[in-house]
Amino acid sequence: MILDVIVFYGAAIVALISGLFVIAQRSPINSAFSLIITMCSLAVMFAMLGSGFIAALQVIVYAGAIMVLFLFVIMLLNTRQDEGDRGGGIGRAAIVLGVILAVQSVMVVWKGSASLPRNHKETASVDVARGLFSSPRYLYAFEATSILILSAMVGAIVVARKEKGK
Amino acid sequence: MPNLDTLYTSTLGGFEAAHAGFVQVALAVSAFLFVIGAVGVFIRRNVITVMMCIELMLNAVNLAFIAFSRAHGTIDGQILVFFVFTVAAAEAAVGLAIVIALQRNREDLDVDSFNLLKG
Repeated sequence: MILDVIVFYGAAIVALISGLFVIAQRSPINSAFSLIITMCSLAVMFAMLGSGFIAALQVIVYAGAIMVLFLFVIMLLNTRQDEGDRGGGIGRAAIVLGVILAVQSVMVVWKGSASLPRNHKETASVDVARGLFSSPRYLYAFEATSILILSAMVGAIVVARKEKGK
Repeated sequence: MPNLDTLYTSTLGGFEAAHAGFVQVALAVSAFLFVIGAVGVFIRRNVITVMMCIELMLNAVNLAFIAFSRAHGTIDGQILVFFVFTVAAAEAAVGLAIVIALQRNREDLDVDSFNLLKG
């Protein structure tokens, strides 16, 4: 089972490095490709953590649909101007905020992981789909999701539509 | 024909003792990815890159959900991730529509130049 460990840690390292590239790249298109790599390695981590259904959804919905939408808009708008980082006060404040957040998160994970339950039961992917689609517990949330997507679609069309007479 | 689910469990394996550290590592990776996204929102100027940083933070939260779902052995975290997916898809669609409208009206994608609502 050493292979599992290698794959999981490899995916974690790739996710972190490409996540850093997302904010380190100057051009948005490079950021988008780095984000796709991050999402695919996160999908590997999901699968290794026993969530195969969510891993498949991550690749299909996130890396497939959402990132294609991003790439499409970037290429459509052709934003070639390579603007630099935001300097001055906001940039320094962001770095300070990041360091504080990182230290806090490491402390929380470090202190809190001792109290995590040690569960060895594997949840099956079928259970997830069954819980989502046929359990009354998530029925209303699932139906509300369809309304959300419908209203988002209508909103996107209305916002991006070219107004007549302009 | 074997049941798909048992096939899956036998390939990816039960959670052996050696894998118990996976949850902690996943939580740490999630925390660092969230921090990277939060810093990126502040230091990047292009509005599309800012939106991608928001997606990065959503992904980090998803990883935390999956890790806790694994630790507790329940499916609720995974189902919540499904709802995060749908919200992220809706957010990306509306956000990118706004970006297209901004590009059409202002011909600029710098977040500093969008201060119409500033008092």
